[in-house]
Amino acid sequence: MRNIDLAIIGGGPAGLAAAISAYDNGIKNIVIFEREDKLGGILNQCIHNGFGLTRFKESLTGPEYANRFIDGVLERIIEVLKETTVLEITKDKLITAINSEDGVFQVEAKAIILAMGCRERSKGALNIAGTRPAGIFSAGTAQKYVNIKGYMPGKKVVILGSGDIGLIMARRMTLEGAEVKAVFELMPYSSGLKRNIAQCLDDFNIPLYLSHTITKIEGKERVTGIVVSEVDENKKPIKGTEKHFDCDTVLFSVGLIPENELSKTASVELSPRSKGAIVDETRETNVSGIFACGNVLQVHDLVDFVSEEAEIAGKSASNYILNGKENSETVSVKEGKNVLYVLPQKLNVNADNTKIFFRVTNTLKDVTIKAESGGEVIFSRKKKVAVPGEMETVLLSKEKISALKGEVVISAEVE
Amino acid sequence: MESYKFICIECPIGCNLTVEKNGEELTVLGNTCKRGEMYAKLEVISPKRVITTIMRTEDGKIIAVKTDKPVSKTKMFEYVEQIKSKRVKSGAKIGDVLIENIEEGANVIATSNPY
Amino acid sequence: MNNYDVIVIGGGVVGGMILRELTRYELKVLMVEKNCDVAMGQSKANSGIVHAGFDAETGTNKAKFNVLGANMMQEVCEELGVNYKNNGSLVVAFSKEDIKTLKVLLKRGKKNGVKNLKIIAKKELKALEPNISDDALGALYAKSACIVCPYSLTIASIGNAMDNGADLLVDFDTVKVERDGEYTKLTASDGREVLGKIIINSAGAGAESIANLFGDYSFKTGLRRGEYMLLDRESGNLVNHTLFFTPSAKGKGVLVTQTVDGNILLGPTSVEDGNPIPETTDEGFAFIKEKASQMCKSVPYYNVITSFAGNRAFCDRHDFIIEESKAYKGLINLAGIESPGLTSAPAIAKYVVNEMVLKIKYAYVNHYFIRKRYSIDNLFQKPFKELTIEEKNFVIKKDKNYGKIICRCEGITEGEIRNAIRQNPPARTVDGVKLRTRAGMGRCQGGFCQSRIVEILAEENGVSVLEITKNGKGSEILVEEGK
Repeated sequence: MRNIDLAIIGGGPAGLAAAISAYDNGIKNIVIFEREDKLGGILNQCIHNGFGLTRFKESLTGPEYANRFIDGVLERIIEVLKETTVLEITKDKLITAINSEDGVFQVEAKAIILAMGCRERSKGALNIAGTRPAGIFSAGTAQKYVNIKGYMPGKKVVILGSGDIGLIMARRMTLEGAEVKAVFELMPYSSGLKRNIAQCLDDFNIPLYLSHTITKIEGKERVTGIVVSEVDENKKPIKGTEKHFDCDTVLFSVGLIPENELSKTASVELSPRSKGAIVDETRETNVSGIFACGNVLQVHDLVDFVSEEAEIAGKSASNYILNGKENSETVSVKEGKNVLYVLPQKLNVNADNTKIFFRVTNTLKDVTIKAESGGEVIFSRKKKVAVPGEMETVLLSKEKISALKGEVVISAEVE
Repeated sequence: MESYKFICIECPIGCNLTVEKNGEELTVLGNTCKRGEMYAKLEVISPKRVITTIMRTEDGKIIAVKTDKPVSKTKMFEYVEQIKSKRVKSGAKIGDVLIENIEEGANVIATSNPY
Repeated sequence: MNNYDVIVIGGGVVGGMILRELTRYELKVLMVEKNCDVAMGQSKANSGIVHAGFDAETGTNKAKFNVLGANMMQEVCEELGVNYKNNGSLVVAFSKEDIKTLKVLLKRGKKNGVKNLKIIAKKELKALEPNISDDALGALYAKSACIVCPYSLTIASIGNAMDNGADLLVDFDTVKVERDGEYTKLTASDGREVLGKIIINSAGAGAESIANLFGDYSFKTGLRRGEYMLLDRESGNLVNHTLFFTPSAKGKGVLVTQTVDGNILLGPTSVEDGNPIPETTDEGFAFIKEKASQMCKSVPYYNVITSFAGNRAFCDRHDFIIEESKAYKGLINLAGIESPGLTSAPAIAKYVVNEMVLKIKYAYVNHYFIRKRYSIDNLFQKPFKELTIEEKNFVIKKDKNYGKIICRCEGITEGEIRNAIRQNPPARTVDGVKLRTRAGMGRCQGGFCQSRIVEILAEENGVSVLEITKNGKGSEILVEEGK
């Protein structure tokens, strides 16, 4: 069996940045496991621009952003196993993988970085009444057909979900000659970026129906239409508000779920709130030497933040390999009022300055973001608006962390 | 005085911009950076957008492309047609200029290698 | 001309089992199916339960074939390489009235010849099913009840029959029937014609209209829609057994069961509202949830990965019709094969072939009959992921496509997908690949792998991806090439 220092599971933005970071921190014996035939992950199909503003101060397309990191991996001659699917990881860091050349094989690693990304929630999870004809796609699947395969999955389109992928696909399908009739959003607000509503919907006069959902799908072989209803404050359809739309295609952009099936095989403890691993500020999971970063850990808004998180994981993994595990005391970070999840969920008391990421549960106006510990407010910041669609941060300094006596609670309170 | 409202598309913040037009004078409010001011003014004078799409290579592969500068919003569909009617040489690679001056000063460039 | 000894109309589990049984003899046999693939009707949207046999009134066809079929099922599944699990069933009582009914069922079961049947009290029930509702008082425990994958069984039986020489015509919607000497000529809506000496009508929901084509109006069928919800394997341990409500005057509940693939299946509803389209409804979802929540504590509805509906035909005689037509010589009608039809199918097939077909037309035994069906390389009957590492590597060495995982949720390889397209009965559609391999059946519901499966289907069939459908003409996945 082969022994390596570091195994990185996934060659998307998180895996690539983690590999480069680990390499630059002194670990050379790295293998990236990638199931597709090329690196870059989902960025390859995100051909629109707007990536990299934070990191590179320019607006790149997905493939361009990916390429900067792919070049970084190639320059460092980091080993990549493409078209290789990892089947299982044990808590002892034994990896079982499969590909056409080597068959099923095992590799033992000193450390592992989980960077498998996320998947789309499917239409099937929504319990929408009606038939199951052709013409139903997740937005990401449609994006792959249009941008990677070069085929149109439909001509008369409606979209459920106004997250960024839904909005981007509304523009994309329109530019490719389809008629996008409407975008429907269950919530009273869009979880997509405001600029995407402007440049993907408003630019093309595509209506956005907030507080609406699809309640029925019609069509025998192919979708022929849908029924849409308004929803009340409990997100339940209101009788009598049904509207009919003719269409041949329905795209679903109804959420992303971290893909943690492999994490489970390695006994990595998951947070029911973030749906990703529970980690400390180094992005180490409960399993010693297994780290996680990117969308498998938490669904990010911007790939720039994925890269940043991956670099933390890469650096931490190299520290772990070079110096072994430091046993330090930890305190937990907990969700307080109006907070959906926090990350990291644990802090080592000897941690450096640490950004704690979190999301709010609903749209909040004139909000005070607070971190409290032992009855004391250790961080506080006012904000005009906080929305679930945008990740918020709390910055804790090294001094504050070392002085912690007990758990930290993050909350977002409205006066 | 006329006034216009926009959402800035320059970065993920998405500022709510207001442009006040006093004769030839344009005043931008609500922006947090210089790019926002530029964007708002252009939206009044001549709105521009970056186009991203795909092209096909001579050997049937696909290559992702973009305009390297924003181009006239009103001509977006026309430009997409123009871009799509061309075939890319099979050796093209990321960063190559594929169509020069699709609009004054704006080229169509490859944003991926062919796949 | 296409002359056959026997033509089976309808590619469901009953027709499939009969087709396979027929190939044990030196008979030239054909199956015609009106859809683009087999197992598209009630054999697909089916609970997959191998019933023990205490439900049906003693003396009925249902009771007789249920018990006989249940006893044959394991062997049939083993031969065909179909997933099968003896999980046992529990008819759960929630009232004193229910307990009385359980006693009736127990008595009837014993009379019908069901073994290993007993009534258990609350404590034992709790031990068997920790998630059962606290309101449950006891249950009728049938140790012999099993679960099986209904469409796999159908596909495998037809595939095995084809391996043994049977022919299959899909998209063959029989619209005309006429005598042609000793043959009967069947004409399809597209003009294709086939001739058969004996015609077996196993058209499921279409059995009445097929019989009518022969001038046989001896029975009437109706449709009941059944809706289901399927939960992710992650919730697979919600229950261990198949849980039924005790049948009562208040009507039937739904069942809660594990599937052979480790998911949890909730349903079916049973609605007779004249709507012939098998669609799910909000009322159906609400009913399933209400009932499932009566049965079990904290059903994880957030883990629903899909919901679906199917029509089940019942007949006005309230028992299986298995008989030669009095109106048309050489026609054998199989109608009203509702639950426990799946369980009964192997026994019905044996009976139909031995007691009916061979009595009309004697045939020698086919000494070359192959009992077994393999899914991989004529060697393995299991899905690839269940092989040992050594077996996997043996297979990959011979065919590299087995080293490529296409469906990551279910762990299905490109080799298995290509095999499903090449093997009998060949998968021609995305749904066909899904039913044969489980690719696209997992939690992402094909989001990641569908585009690749479309490409493989196109490649194997030598057609454009634009021609690939979800499940037959009109359901093309893609509409045009991008500009």
